[in-house]
Amino acid sequence: MLSSSRFFIRTLLLILVSTVAWIALTASAAIEVPEFKKLNADANRRDGLAAWQKVYSVLTSPRCINCHTATNYPQQGDDRHRHFANVIRGPEGKGVPGLNCISCHQSANADSTGVPGGHNWHLAPLSMRWQDANDRPFSSAVVCRAVTDRSKNNGLAGPALIKHHEEEALVLWAWNPGLRPDGSMRTLPPLSHAEFVAATRTWVEAGTPCPNK
Amino acid sequence: MATYQLNVNGQRKQVNVDPSTPLLWVLREELNMTGTKYGCGISACGACTVHLDGIATRSCVVPVSLINDRPIVTIEGIGADPVGRTVQDAWVDKDVVQCGYCQSGQIMSAVALLKATPKPTDTNIEESMGGNLCRCATYVRIREAIKSASQQLK
Repeated sequence: MLSSSRFFIRTLLLILVSTVAWIALTASAAIEVPEFKKLNADANRRDGLAAWQKVYSVLTSPRCINCHTATNYPQQGDDRHRHFANVIRGPEGKGVPGLNCISCHQSANADSTGVPGGHNWHLAPLSMRWQDANDRPFSSAVVCRAVTDRSKNNGLAGPALIKHHEEEALVLWAWNPGLRPDGSMRTLPPLSHAEFVAATRTWVEAGTPCPNK
Repeated sequence: MATYQLNVNGQRKQVNVDPSTPLLWVLREELNMTGTKYGCGISACGACTVHLDGIATRSCVVPVSLINDRPIVTIEGIGADPVGRTVQDAWVDKDVVQCGYCQSGQIMSAVALLKATPKPTDTNIEESMGGNLCRCATYVRIREAIKSASQQLK
């Protein structure tokens, strides 16, 4: 009698579990209809674009864009004026023989003299210019297309872009820019480095969407 | 204060200075090598140029703590280098100098240019020497001397 009762309960449980599984599978199939897929994709793109705008706000801040010029010279200062002392880009973005970037910019900030420094100080290549020849920053869409164009960005795919933003010495420098000659701190980018990397990751995971215009 | 071992013109020098002291002042005040000049103190004029590991470097803005073991060559030592000797001779031959204050830096930059670009164009000269200012405006003779040295170095 006892064994027959256990059999009944087990059978009932089996039926119950099967029913729940069937309902779950049916429901999931319902979510996979094209409309739902499109909604998911739209939300993903929306999140990615929002994250990109955060990334863009950093890329176009003076600590970054001053060395992403479209001209034959770098810029300096929060007002992004032309670098003083007739500094020239040079063939490799590292200045010219008598006046290299490393003629002044050493491997670390020189706070006693107010000269910023970091490993391999140099200008970004012209393919990575983020402003026009009149020093006006490009739109979010144009910068986004440049950053995601592997023919321009030194072949960096999504994960490599995250790594670049997370580890590259001159990117990290933007959050440790040292003191100005007057002893005050240089302005930092608008996001913390952690927020910048998180935004980059969200953007990359969303497929590096770019604004249409 | 900290102690630093420096390689200056091939000689080992020891100095005990504040780590933030610019190389210029280590050379002039600690080592009594006054050929390297103080001009502006902000790397805008080039008078303080020396070679640091072969690179023309503005010594007024480089703290001694960032030099490490890189060799330093100053105007006192550049004549031991064949290119340096040729440039100095050309400077004399072309009578480049007027007051002379900036010329240590001019020569150090010119040597760096000719080592990297033995046959410089006018544009190369203008770009590479553009950070070295001369209050006496000896620029035309500087250009002539660089071209003359380039010819001598054939």
